[in-house]
Amino acid sequence: MKIGFSRADEAFRKEVAHWMAEHLGGEFAPLRFRGGPGDEHSFPEERKAWERELAAGAWIGVGWAREHGGRGLSISQQVIFHEEYARAGGPGRMGHIGEGLVGPTLAAFGTPAQQQRLLPGILDGSQFWCQGYSEPGAGSDLANVQTRAKLDATGEHWLISGQKVWTSLAHEADWCFVLARTEPGSQGHHGLSFLLVPMAQDTIRVQPIQQLTGTSEFNEVFFDQAGTHADNLIGQPGDGWKIAMALLGFERGVSTLGQQMQFHNELDEIIRIARANGAARDPLLRQRIAQAWAGLKVLRYNSLRMLSGPQDGNLGREAMIYKLAWSTWHSDLGKLAMDVLGDAAEILDAAPYQLSRLQSLFLFTRSDTIYGGSNEIQRNVIAERALGMPREPRFSN
Amino acid sequence: MEFAFTEEHLMIRDSAERFLGQASDSHAVRAAMNRPDGHDPEVWRQIGQQLYWPALMVPERFGGMGLGFVELAILLEQSGRFLLGSPLFATSCLATPALLLGHNVTAQEHWLGAIAAGETRATLAFASVAGLEACSVQTVAEPHHGGWTLDGQYAQVIDGASADLLIVAARAPGTEGEQGISLFALPGDTPGVIRTPLATLDQTRRLARIELHKVQVSEAQLLCGPALGWTVLRDTLQIAAIGLAAEQTGGAQQALDLTLAYIAERRQFKRTIASFQAIKHRCADMMLQVECARSAAYYAACVAQERLDPAGDAAVIEELELAAATAKIHASEAFFHCAGESIQLHGGVGFTWEYDPHLYFKRARAGEHLLGSPALHRERLAAYLLGEQA
Repeated sequence: MKIGFSRADEAFRKEVAHWMAEHLGGEFAPLRFRGGPGDEHSFPEERKAWERELAAGAWIGVGWAREHGGRGLSISQQVIFHEEYARAGGPGRMGHIGEGLVGPTLAAFGTPAQQQRLLPGILDGSQFWCQGYSEPGAGSDLANVQTRAKLDATGEHWLISGQKVWTSLAHEADWCFVLARTEPGSQGHHGLSFLLVPMAQDTIRVQPIQQLTGTSEFNEVFFDQAGTHADNLIGQPGDGWKIAMALLGFERGVSTLGQQMQFHNELDEIIRIARANGAARDPLLRQRIAQAWAGLKVLRYNSLRMLSGPQDGNLGREAMIYKLAWSTWHSDLGKLAMDVLGDAAEILDAAPYQLSRLQSLFLFTRSDTIYGGSNEIQRNVIAERALGMPREPRFSN
Repeated sequence: MEFAFTEEHLMIRDSAERFLGQASDSHAVRAAMNRPDGHDPEVWRQIGQQLYWPALMVPERFGGMGLGFVELAILLEQSGRFLLGSPLFATSCLATPALLLGHNVTAQEHWLGAIAAGETRATLAFASVAGLEACSVQTVAEPHHGGWTLDGQYAQVIDGASADLLIVAARAPGTEGEQGISLFALPGDTPGVIRTPLATLDQTRRLARIELHKVQVSEAQLLCGPALGWTVLRDTLQIAAIGLAAEQTGGAQQALDLTLAYIAERRQFKRTIASFQAIKHRCADMMLQVECARSAAYYAACVAQERLDPAGDAAVIEELELAAATAKIHASEAFFHCAGESIQLHGGVGFTWEYDPHLYFKRARAGEHLLGSPALHRERLAAYLLGEQA
């Protein structure tokens, strides 16, 4: 157990900072500090171009193994990369689903042919991904997926029908990974498969959802006999649940550090405002600002623990608490932002409903405690899987 | 950067757990509570002379094992878990860091050697009035015949009545704030030292009031003069707060574990009460707080380790105050929360003297305030974050 960075690490830090300073300017300057959660709808084309810029600098897949085309950086250097990326105001990543979720899943469960076919498009910033898990009837009860997939007569193509929902970046994505029922009549987590589906087909319709923020990052996605080649099945038919759960484990990997640096930028803005508008003199707000700062440090320490443990997709105790920890922290931050702003919290940037960054933060954090497993589901998971408490009763209809 | 336990760490943890599971079970804790010094001398002899825990962090050149604060934190987590009444905390978290940071090699050889041998119980006395700031040091050190005369009192000193060695802070006449503070090593039986044990709400940790009446100390007893006195005292208190956070993490964990064991057995409505979601979610929240406290405590322990190492990483050492505050806030609140939940989820028996949750609850209450309440540490962080620090 040893914290701190070596000289080689500090040299690497300079290298990243230098690259960011050189490249995040000019045409990319408007992207600084943009495109994070709550702002993902902004500048899509420019952010795709930025992904290709990152790829040219070999900054995508820095933590991936070399055999998969990554840089195989040490944990320390991955930490440094994420810190310097955010410090420079690096925009919210369009490629984070591919890099953080699909890549590690393909590395663990894909065939060499699938890896060779699909990983390069993630690494070169040309292919973007979205996630097809939730459905209208499969939210917290994700295993109740009803989207169906069956092989066509030739046995070469899967045909997918059904509806996914809460799919962020669906309208910007080239691919969707879809959890679908391939065994007719199966129930629960049996009979599901993990399929990769190209989005550019007219049998797929993307319908944006207007959120309480007034903006639309989430979508409904309708599949009407949409096709994908049989080579795009990951694992075997029926492995879908196992792979889908492992993928969620990768969600608690190094990408959490990038998310935290985003949080750090938000907290810094709140602190700047507090100093400027006098909120910094309010003893209760001072306590809450300090608590937010300390809580963010603890999120970072939790991540460092996760990253120093085995990276096999299995969740350790500290990983199981991670979602509950950050979502609760972040929604508290949203409320703190409003309380620090005071009167100004109520006034929009512009009519009809243009939110300031902190208003957007405040409203958007109400989704943090719901998506990706609500806090209530997280508590069930912690109680049952980490603490060994009795499972919730399962009712079959 | 490697923020994980090594095999050696796990061995230290497991052996401490095995020892304390017997030497500090509920029966032993209650027996120690009723002893005048708050600890069983036989258990302390084993800790000092067979397990070598006080020697752990003492450098090898002074007869110690030369391990770091992270290893000590592992022991402290277990001692907190088992409510160990023991001179270990004051000796290893207060006196030993003060001696290590204090630069008086002769005193180090003498006292660190005695601590490492398991023969000396030691503590630190600094505050005449409640507080952790320099202004709470009000005992006066008047120069006298090449030495000093100490006059004053200390309000609440951990293990102050039983310690063989007192490290005391005192200030030069007419000084205030961070100026003029020195640290001295004082045998507990020095003439003029009057020690009064205090009856405490938490019976697993002893406090005493100490008065110094014209106590004569020599140049050889000076650990640290005014040039570094406040720095050494301040950093010692931060390191001790980190040690306490490790202890509190263990206490919080055990409050959760006791609860899980009880609710898995207790049946109502023809089912274990552990099967109710209302209870499961509260346990999940307890675990969330315990794991956050653990991450914060061990990160801070790594920082303390660098501070105590003469060749420590300067960039890491700079984090000491903030890491200590973060750890103390999270561990204090996790422990108090979990101990309170433990009483509630035990139901009626949780309110009895016979069951253990109240012991954790009281220790959590005491520890929350000791070495800086969460509110005090948050205010320190706020002053730093809002750019008001000197």
